[in-house]
Amino acid sequence: MFELLGVPPQALFGQVLLGLINGSFYAILSLGLAVIFGLLNIINFTHGAQYMMGAFVAWMCLNYLGINYWVALLLAPLVVGATGIAIERLLLKRIAHVDHLYGLLLTFGLALIIQGLFRNEFGSSGLPYQIPAELRGGVNLGFMFLPWYRGWVVVASLVVCLATWFLIEKTRLGAYLRAATENPTLTQAFGINVPLLVTLTYGFGVALAGFAGVLAAPIYSVNPNMGADLIIVVFAVVVIGGMGSILGAIVTGFSLGLVEGLTKVFYPEASATVIFIIMVLVLLVRPAGLFGRAA
Amino acid sequence: MKLKTFLTTTAFAALMAAPALAQQISIKAGVLNDRSGLYADLSGEGSVIAARMAVEDFKAAEKGIKVEIVSADHQNKPDVGSTIARTWYDQDGVDLILDVPTSSVALAVNQITREKNKIHINSGAASSDLTGKACSPNTVHWTYDTYALAQGTGGAMVKAGGDSWYFLTADYAFGHALERDTAAIVTKNGGKVVGAVRTPFPGTDFSSFLLQAQASKAKVIGLANAGGDTINSIKQAGEFGIVAGGQKLAGLLVFLTDVHSLGLATAQGLVLTESFYWDTNDQTRAWADRFAKANGGKKPTMVQAGVYSGMLHYLKAVEAAKSKDSAAVMAKMKEMPTDDPLFGKGSVRVDGRKMHDMYLFEVKKPAESKGPWDYYKQVSVLPAAQAFRPLAESECPLVKK
Repeated sequence: MFELLGVPPQALFGQVLLGLINGSFYAILSLGLAVIFGLLNIINFTHGAQYMMGAFVAWMCLNYLGINYWVALLLAPLVVGATGIAIERLLLKRIAHVDHLYGLLLTFGLALIIQGLFRNEFGSSGLPYQIPAELRGGVNLGFMFLPWYRGWVVVASLVVCLATWFLIEKTRLGAYLRAATENPTLTQAFGINVPLLVTLTYGFGVALAGFAGVLAAPIYSVNPNMGADLIIVVFAVVVIGGMGSILGAIVTGFSLGLVEGLTKVFYPEASATVIFIIMVLVLLVRPAGLFGRAA
Repeated sequence: MKLKTFLTTTAFAALMAAPALAQQISIKAGVLNDRSGLYADLSGEGSVIAARMAVEDFKAAEKGIKVEIVSADHQNKPDVGSTIARTWYDQDGVDLILDVPTSSVALAVNQITREKNKIHINSGAASSDLTGKACSPNTVHWTYDTYALAQGTGGAMVKAGGDSWYFLTADYAFGHALERDTAAIVTKNGGKVVGAVRTPFPGTDFSSFLLQAQASKAKVIGLANAGGDTINSIKQAGEFGIVAGGQKLAGLLVFLTDVHSLGLATAQGLVLTESFYWDTNDQTRAWADRFAKANGGKKPTMVQAGVYSGMLHYLKAVEAAKSKDSAAVMAKMKEMPTDDPLFGKGSVRVDGRKMHDMYLFEVKKPAESKGPWDYYKQVSVLPAAQAFRPLAESECPLVKK
């Protein structure tokens, strides 16, 4: 059969699939960021720490309470989302009327504090978390061995991403949300509780990060810095997709995972930088991002 | 400048009154390591505790030696580490710097220590260049190095039939050094290296690289990385059925805390090289128990044990030299044999290499382990003369050929 730049097609299919799997983490995380930025105009730098909290809550559920992975998958986002709601009500609300930069600094500081607290309590080298028994092993697809768990990650994140998109673009609640994004004062005048909407949106965005954290716990090292390592890439994804664009975040998340996966085959040394190169190119051509609207 | 200096005074004021010696020597030792990042668990505060235990066990105060220990976080950044080392030597009157994991920082501190004519006893860093082309009359490299890791794990895997290798190499100085040293051992023992992939550091997802390693059909996949990179690659190798498919993983630098983090279910069967394991004999167990009590229940790593052993030998040398003059103390350290409960008998070589046996361990199966921290079973002992680079091959200018 054919070969592409010295790489057999089997290997290539495998890498494409792996790229999509990594893309699902980028998609969920950047989706949460996009939702938060869209409504609150806050660049949520705590997102990485909240993703980490999701993984740790799953670990705590298992080790302190004996709660298994599947329940943790529901419970952890709720817990992390609740902490997000507390942060919004106690802190973010107070700086909603001032410049973006304050929100950025506040959330960045919070991220450092949260990471520091977890490091103090659990150390820096991480905690073990096993893949749930139901999803161990895998299937041989001919061109690669696909672990069941990875397959599950793609399916779960696709479902969550599409559901979120549907919720925001196609339902009445989503319509309120979009209206509040467009003009909060007018929306409030129609009798819609905008502050509540803002709080719930932040909680929801944060819960998405927590959900991604639980998904990541069995395959990545569960340590206090796990989010800090990932969040920079996720920010680049959001910028490329267009700040605040829901569909942009999802599509860009998956496709950049793909690009990164292919770079790992053809020129592995550049796989950590390729996303930023794309970001520079996109910003040069379309400053508002691929799916963003110019301000 | 964020210089976090934690002052820990170990002054036995009451005991100091002991009139045994007319002359008082005061020493200030700095433990410089990672206190907040990747390597904080394997060095960090534990190394400070180990240094303090050495002072206690030596009964320094009774011998007329007053020791103060300070510590700081170098954040794994050479510039931060250099600034702290200079401040310590120039302004704070620090006499020796201990630990310093992360090869790039260690090489910087090595250079500054030589300029200032102080003493550096390195426990945490891996690069064999510290006693090779970068060797210094002021540095002792205590616990392990990339050459010994390669000899141990690399040599053993080839002898066990793993004669074709594929490397996953962290793309920076340390990873390259480890790959270079291991590839040399593999080839020397009749094996061959079929390929290598340079992975960006630090990385999260290694599945793509693991699939490339799988496709290479190499019998052994060598992980020339450390910390979180190693943990992630081992975790994901299990997930992708690499070990179940018959390929072996060689963790070239794995610490006890990494195994603790992976859990035995994931780490079982892994072969690794270390110079110290807490559950080796009665003496190491007794010491590890005392250490764990002070360290929140966590057992010591070889790096922390090395800080203890190095500090102890330094104090003995000061006592013998009756002075803290760097040249006199270094001469005594190299002249006197080393002996302590953790590493047994050994010596410090002219190039600054501390000589002791290395051990090849295999990680236990979950069923074999009696509980937390019971992780290793010993496979073989690598005598010091085999473990470390022979002086005849040394690139160190201090070695007269």
